[in-house]
Amino acid sequence: MRSPATARQLLRYLPVLPAVLLLLVFLAGPVLWAFHASLTDAGLTGRSARNPSWVGLENYQRLLADPVFPLSVLLTVVFVAGSAVLGQNLLGLALAVLMRRARPLVSAVVGTTVVAAWVLPEIVAAFAAYAYFSGDGTLNQLLGGLGLVRQEWLYAFPMVAVMLANVWRGTAFSMLVYRAALNEVPAEVTEAAQMDGAHGWQRFAFITLPMIRGSITTNLMLITLQTLAVFTLVWVMTAGGPANASTTLPVLAYQEAFKFGDIGYGTAVASVLILIGAAFGLAYVRLLREPRP
Amino acid sequence: MTAPTRTLGSLPLRPAAPRRRQAGSTPADLVLLLIGACFLLPLLWLILASLDAEAGHELKLPDRAGLDNFAAVLTPELLLRPLWNSVLLSGGTATVTVVAAVLAAYPLSRYRSRFNRRFMYTVLFGTCLPITAIMVPVYGLFVQLELLDSMTATIFFMATTTLPMAIWMTRNFMEGVPVSLEEAAWVDGASRMTALRTIVLPLMKQGLGVVFIFVFIQAWGNFFVPFVLLLSEARQPAAVSIFSFFGQHGAVAYGQLAAFSILYSLPVLVLYVIVARGGSGSFALSGAVRG
Repeated sequence: MRSPATARQLLRYLPVLPAVLLLLVFLAGPVLWAFHASLTDAGLTGRSARNPSWVGLENYQRLLADPVFPLSVLLTVVFVAGSAVLGQNLLGLALAVLMRRARPLVSAVVGTTVVAAWVLPEIVAAFAAYAYFSGDGTLNQLLGGLGLVRQEWLYAFPMVAVMLANVWRGTAFSMLVYRAALNEVPAEVTEAAQMDGAHGWQRFAFITLPMIRGSITTNLMLITLQTLAVFTLVWVMTAGGPANASTTLPVLAYQEAFKFGDIGYGTAVASVLILIGAAFGLAYVRLLREPRP
Repeated sequence: MTAPTRTLGSLPLRPAAPRRRQAGSTPADLVLLLIGACFLLPLLWLILASLDAEAGHELKLPDRAGLDNFAAVLTPELLLRPLWNSVLLSGGTATVTVVAAVLAAYPLSRYRSRFNRRFMYTVLFGTCLPITAIMVPVYGLFVQLELLDSMTATIFFMATTTLPMAIWMTRNFMEGVPVSLEEAAWVDGASRMTALRTIVLPLMKQGLGVVFIFVFIQAWGNFFVPFVLLLSEARQPAAVSIFSFFGQHGAVAYGQLAAFSILYSLPVLVLYVIVARGGSGSFALSGAVRG
């Protein structure tokens, strides 16, 4: 008696099939292929492109021996921690708090500006940031106007430049998340605290922040994942240079695979990045599955 | 459940709560304006440079403002064909995504099964994978399957990368359509798929519009995927052709680069404003635009 019911159940879920097929072929497929290819000497052109041979863990051993890889991991950590966890997150929160205190017109205008940097196509944002940080760009004009020292930002401090650019580009997301979260905090709670004599920052630190804890965690997770995957901004502004000084993991994977034609080695770098993303992804899903306090 | 993803589509924003303060404080205004100015400066260069035939990197008012740069890039080869390719790529991606997402969302929102929860969380996990990390293996896969430089294959790949987000959003919109309306149709002997087409979809038209536009905006702005997968110039979308333009003429023609950037950005800015102003239910991103 079980089979007709099971068959009906399966038939009901038939419409899910196209989505499942797409996800298997174009998402799960490449991920599995990455782990496989990272164990071969696959190349971009030539004999090794057609018939890659199995090399075991050689690519991973090379990774560990290559001085660029640890540097790249470090730069990625600095990039994510500096521009997402600190930069976008704190600035987004500050903007959301300020927008509740400022005049509606001011917060509307500033909000639109911040969101504009985020809605623009990434390549356009990258060009604008490149011009801003270049030798005779806006930033140096400002510094010169204030009587400060002008710098070749993209060559002398490439990481500072790409991190500031990523803060400029991505803060809107955190701002929107925190604006929504702050709107959910009932006014009575903060008013009650005010009655009890709690002042501005006390109310914020002990009442508001704990109440939007869930949004903070979600936001941190999402911006970490977004920033981990940033490629275009870095590629257009510095192309990972000078001398690998801003080669984050996505840029390294791209360079090894396409500039140096070593697909096997490039996919080994990509596999590491996929694993890091997957670890964050699992933590994120865990977090959401837990019932909200 | 809301749709937690990494993109703009999913912020569960509600309309702003009524404010207690009426006037607003001046120090907050000043700090906010200062931050806003920092965000505005890089954008300002884009606008001023596009109007200046002799633009460089520096921010300056054009000596002689004009639309020369726009006229220079408005040629079929330079701008119109890449833009048309962008339309094909983004439109195709959004169509494939919405169709697959609607089909998948229907059983997931209408039947109760343990499968639903597991599927939705697997999909959510899928949204977390860094797509830039997958591009090297995808290139390898496309070489093996001889799909490189194929518009159709690129569309299907891009649709897949946005599909997880789209399934979450579509299912949430579909949950908003009461089942009782369909039940009447089932009594009349309509099949499930007929009920979906004639009853559910018309009722969630606005939601579908939001999903379509969000996928379209993402695909339109995507540089890395077509950069890796589409090789011939005739198929490249504006995101990639603007990059080659920059490589070839960038050093001399910053004004044209800025004009090109603005023309290429306009469609997504307009679409974003439509979604934000449309105030589509829980996806009202209006907070950001209207303050």
